[in-house]
Amino acid sequence: MSGLIALFKRDLSVAFQQRSELMQPILFFVLVVSLFPLGVGPESAILQKMGPGVIWVAAILSSLLGMERLFKDDFQDGSLEQIILSGMSLPAVALIKVLVHWLTSIFPLILLSPLWALFLYLSEPMYWALVWTLLLGTPILSLIGAIAVGLTVGLNKGGVLLALLLLPMFIPVLIFATAAVESASLDLAYNGQLAIIGAMFLFSLALAPFAIAYALRVSQT
Amino acid sequence: MWVNQLSITKRDRVLFDNLTFSVDAGQLLYIKGPNGAGKTSLLRVLAGLSAANSGDVIMNSTNMSSSEASPSHTPSVSNTVYFGHKLGINSMLSPVENLQFWCQCSEITVTKNQIYDVLAKLSLVGLEDVPVSNLSAGQQRRTALARFWLQPNASLWIMDEPFTALDVEGVSVLSEHIHQFLCKGGAVIMTSHQSLDIAYPTTELQLEYRH
Amino acid sequence: MWKWLHPYAKTERAYQLCQRLLPWFTLSGLVLIVVGAIWALAFSPADYQQGDSYRIFHIHVPSAILSKSLYMGMASAAFVGLVWQIKTSFMSMVAFAPVGAAITFISLITGAAWGKPMWGTWWEWDARMTSQLVLLFLFLGVMALYKAFDDKEQGSKAAAVMAIVGIINLPIIHYSVEWWNTLHQGATLLKLEKPSMPVEMLLPFLVSLFGWSFCCVSIVLLRIQNEIISRELKRPWVIALANQQVKNSS
Repeated sequence: MSGLIALFKRDLSVAFQQRSELMQPILFFVLVVSLFPLGVGPESAILQKMGPGVIWVAAILSSLLGMERLFKDDFQDGSLEQIILSGMSLPAVALIKVLVHWLTSIFPLILLSPLWALFLYLSEPMYWALVWTLLLGTPILSLIGAIAVGLTVGLNKGGVLLALLLLPMFIPVLIFATAAVESASLDLAYNGQLAIIGAMFLFSLALAPFAIAYALRVSQT
Repeated sequence: MWVNQLSITKRDRVLFDNLTFSVDAGQLLYIKGPNGAGKTSLLRVLAGLSAANSGDVIMNSTNMSSSEASPSHTPSVSNTVYFGHKLGINSMLSPVENLQFWCQCSEITVTKNQIYDVLAKLSLVGLEDVPVSNLSAGQQRRTALARFWLQPNASLWIMDEPFTALDVEGVSVLSEHIHQFLCKGGAVIMTSHQSLDIAYPTTELQLEYRH
Repeated sequence: MWKWLHPYAKTERAYQLCQRLLPWFTLSGLVLIVVGAIWALAFSPADYQQGDSYRIFHIHVPSAILSKSLYMGMASAAFVGLVWQIKTSFMSMVAFAPVGAAITFISLITGAAWGKPMWGTWWEWDARMTSQLVLLFLFLGVMALYKAFDDKEQGSKAAAVMAIVGIINLPIIHYSVEWWNTLHQGATLLKLEKPSMPVEMLLPFLVSLFGWSFCCVSIVLLRIQNEIISRELKRPWVIALANQQVKNSS
């Protein structure tokens, strides 16, 4: 247990020292979101209609960008070997690393979300629905994504391969999250969609750590 | 540790089959062989990092690696210290932070002063709190080697090329430490391209390069 | 039950099994496809609503059914491989993937060709076509992951993990797409319900379904053999086999 806490603290402090790199996916997100009004025109009705989809697609893409680094440093410098050999439970280690990654590279996106709401003229209920779907949905992206990142960590050609592996897996989250925001825009209840996203979150929380642990072991051979 | 009929294939090339040997307490096993003969792969299997294609590695009567065992199962290896090609040192953190982290992971209780003492033995005085990226290659390796001073309960050391990039003094400090460990009944498995300068009976295992 | 399966974990035995099964599946598959095609094109009656264009159904529907079965097959092989660490199982998983991708692609192309006269457009964001498209991506992902590794054994393990993550996700993706589709299009689109098929149409359909299935099995078997040989090129039994082939042909 003390090892896991030490891992949590260490990962946070390493992330803090690399904060400029962590900012890159967030800047990417801002750029993508601000390109859309330039591409489709500034009419607020169209932007409001497209807003949830644009934000979610941008969130998925930027989380993919940041995800590549999840295990890379630890794999390359051999820390991962020592962690595996330390006898700590590997699924727990995986969970901690995903948690730190989510906190440092995706949570800031959610903190900045009022800005997107302004950019894309989201109404207030839409905004709250968006925040809820991001809070429940982005951990799913991190958890499932980490499986593929673990599998490809030994290859030096992660990028596009990761997108090919993961984008199809993220479709359900995208569908339900944008549907929730759309319901909110019509002042309808959206807790049904949120419940489904929550269920997917719990499901991936229960299973993904084991798959990530297996993936990390495979990467060692 | 007892190794029975171990076979390892890498990139569809058979490195060796049916390798059988044993390592007892107080024994120094020196694995020799040309580049690509499978020394590192063998050490990784012995450490429990990767799985063999067939055969068993039995340590203290528990089977650590067999082709049947699920790879998600982490064998208990707290009495083994492994030093590989990759140092396992994060370059953003200082030597002390790195070693503290390693000790916490391995559930070893050490005080900061003990770590400072060990680093002093390895002549890293004054560099304890500098990020590792500012250290030279040899100094980084010394930092990683400090693990061999910090794990008191180890019964087996697995060392892959421990002397590379060390200066004369570093080699003698490490050789001396290995010698003491062997005398206390520890077992050491190591590879090296340098000739060993340890006054201790050595068992040699020669691996051939196979096409 | 595992007793009779266990020998086939050995590559040589698995190769021989494929060799024995191969002619049967190939022959019956080809015969059934030819019979089914002639029957469907020349003898079965035209649909009263769709005219002759419905006949593409005899390729489209078998390929749509098979694409999912092949994914199932691939994921089952992956599961067996991961749980029991059986090498030949990983090899069969690798053999399934490109066949599945090709069949999924065929189902998409024929679906588009059928969609043109029916819906007036080549592509419709119809739930079934969308989930077929996603299925194609899943197949391609597994193949790309396997190809990305130099070490085939490691690559097939990684691809197996992804295949299993995919099979868990597949129903979720399928139902979410279906739900998304009804949400966005409602009943505006004429949905092709499955009407009860008259026997004259059902029989040739069944014949071509079995023909396609057998052909897929025989291609998978061939690919398994190929995979075994390519991974074990230097094993004595492969060399012996090659020598024998050379002797037979000369």
